[in-house]
Amino acid sequence: MQRYFLSRILQSLVLLFGVVMLVFFMVRITGDPATLMMPRNASPAQVEAFRESMGFNRPVLVQFWDFLRGAVVGDFGNSLHFKTPALQLVIQRLPATLELATAAMLMAILIGIPLGLIGGFNPGSVLDSVARGVALLGQSVPNFWLAMIMIIFFAVRLGWLPSFGRDEWKSVIMPAFALGLSTMGQIVRLTRSSTLEIRGEDFIRTAYSKGLLPLTIYSKHVLRNVAIPLVSIIGVQFGYMLGGSIYIEFIFSWPGIGQLLEQAIGWRDFPMIQALAIFTSLAVLMLNLLTDAAYMIIDPRIRYGAR
Amino acid sequence: MNPLLEVRNLVTKFYTLDGVVHAVSGVSFDLQEGETLAIVGESGSGKSVTVLSLLGLIPTPPGRIEQGTALLRTPLGQKDLLQLSKAELRDVRGGQIGFVFQDPISTLNPILTIGEQIKETLTRHLHLSAEKAKAQVIKLLAEVGIPDPEMRYKAYPFQLSGGMRQRVVIAIAIACNPHIVIADEPTTALDVTVQAQIIDLFNRLRRTLGMTMIWITHDLGVVAGLADRVMVMYGGRIVELSTVDDLYERPQHPYTAGLLGALPRLDSQETRRLVSIRGTPPDMLLPLRHCPFSWRCDYASERCWQEIPELTSTAPGHEVACFYDMEKGGLRDG
Repeated sequence: MQRYFLSRILQSLVLLFGVVMLVFFMVRITGDPATLMMPRNASPAQVEAFRESMGFNRPVLVQFWDFLRGAVVGDFGNSLHFKTPALQLVIQRLPATLELATAAMLMAILIGIPLGLIGGFNPGSVLDSVARGVALLGQSVPNFWLAMIMIIFFAVRLGWLPSFGRDEWKSVIMPAFALGLSTMGQIVRLTRSSTLEIRGEDFIRTAYSKGLLPLTIYSKHVLRNVAIPLVSIIGVQFGYMLGGSIYIEFIFSWPGIGQLLEQAIGWRDFPMIQALAIFTSLAVLMLNLLTDAAYMIIDPRIRYGAR
Repeated sequence: MNPLLEVRNLVTKFYTLDGVVHAVSGVSFDLQEGETLAIVGESGSGKSVTVLSLLGLIPTPPGRIEQGTALLRTPLGQKDLLQLSKAELRDVRGGQIGFVFQDPISTLNPILTIGEQIKETLTRHLHLSAEKAKAQVIKLLAEVGIPDPEMRYKAYPFQLSGGMRQRVVIAIAIACNPHIVIADEPTTALDVTVQAQIIDLFNRLRRTLGMTMIWITHDLGVVAGLADRVMVMYGGRIVELSTVDDLYERPQHPYTAGLLGALPRLDSQETRRLVSIRGTPPDMLLPLRHCPFSWRCDYASERCWQEIPELTSTAPGHEVACFYDMEKGGLRDG
């Protein structure tokens, strides 16, 4: 078990190195980084001076070594726009994105799992139709469209919720719903289908033949088996959410990582983009590791390396 | 002596999209305390549905128990299993009647320890404390012949072999000292050597616990070493009911005779072809007006196509539902 985990950590480190390399060379492959980063109307002398100050005139491998050394200690250089360390700016935006992602995921889980369970236990019922409807809508409605419709309805017409910013607790409701809906749809679909499958398993019949109460059977025998596929989808989706949603944060002016990325691209603030890309990858990789750990807790077959 | 279980005229149907499946059509039998009754029949003969109906374990819908009574006599009084509420049935299941199912690979929850899966029956019915229940589980594991029970308590099903898993399932079935243990093809999914071990275990438990048992199988070879009486089912009906010795020596129903004739024998001297019963099992979608076996029967006569033979006694402890007398060769009187 420890060996497995150690190897997973090593794998993640290798992947992270790959991401760092990609982020570094991406700017260089597309052309001269100095002209890329400077405004279009900059004079050749200005570009030259910029190149000198950023060290872009040195050999590529030397630059990469420097970049790598910086990346290990979290130094991605100063933001070109703010002239302060890029990573600090990213970390400043983290609480807002964390809040949004957590709220979105909680909403998806708290609505999606019960709905999927109800649908799976009563296939063909009215509530099952609701569950299937949510699953279909969640996966087919584009979230930026939903966000705008919600603003028109709940903010402009009804005036119940603020349309932008992060000033009060109500602010998070609309962006979280818009961000979480597609995950909710996936969770409903997966919970429903695996409940249907597990319900028909022989060991559930055994549980009934022992005279166990239905609640015990659902919670102990069905839900724990259903949780196994759910864990992976929740982990992956939460990783993406932590990377920030550009659409959602842009539409609701949510001061998070997604909005920062959108701005950084507009400003051609490459150090910041690099810091954001690496941070997002790191978040996804760490969540994958956590997902693996959760798997081992739930499923003994994985814990003991069977199958 | 009054039988422990008295089933009368059990009728179970399944209302499917293809039509009504007449799974069990009027089955009646007694089960005496301490005896082992084998229910034999091919797939779809209604043998499993019969016992699953007794405990409300058939999926409803599409299944429905249409009529019948099933009196269970316990020291606390008697009750009709088919009239019980869901809550009362839950007390019977696992508590008064234990179940052993066919495939031990899929009948245990893959992500719970075997100790936990035995323990939950004990805490549900006997309301034991956690410590007492654990001690009891370890005793049960030892009783069904699992080595190192303390260590195995924390094992998961995938860490055990098929035979060991079936022992765990048996431990679950006998955990609460039930009045009856129902075993639905408990050896079918196992290797032949393991089969023999499991049958030995059942025989030992019968002796030491005085266990009353219903054993469902399609394998007449297994029945001989285990059962006291045999009930042969065909097309949702009982066609022959007899003590085990009498059945093997003097089968009265052509179907039973065919089944016995189809058993491959290792001890026969001459080389001979394996015998099978011609034809296929009946279509259970049709409500029957004549003997369900008449299509495949070598002895079928006019009468067999006009009415359904009733189960009648031909000798003490031997009943058969057939118009043809195999011993005399010709139709029975009456």
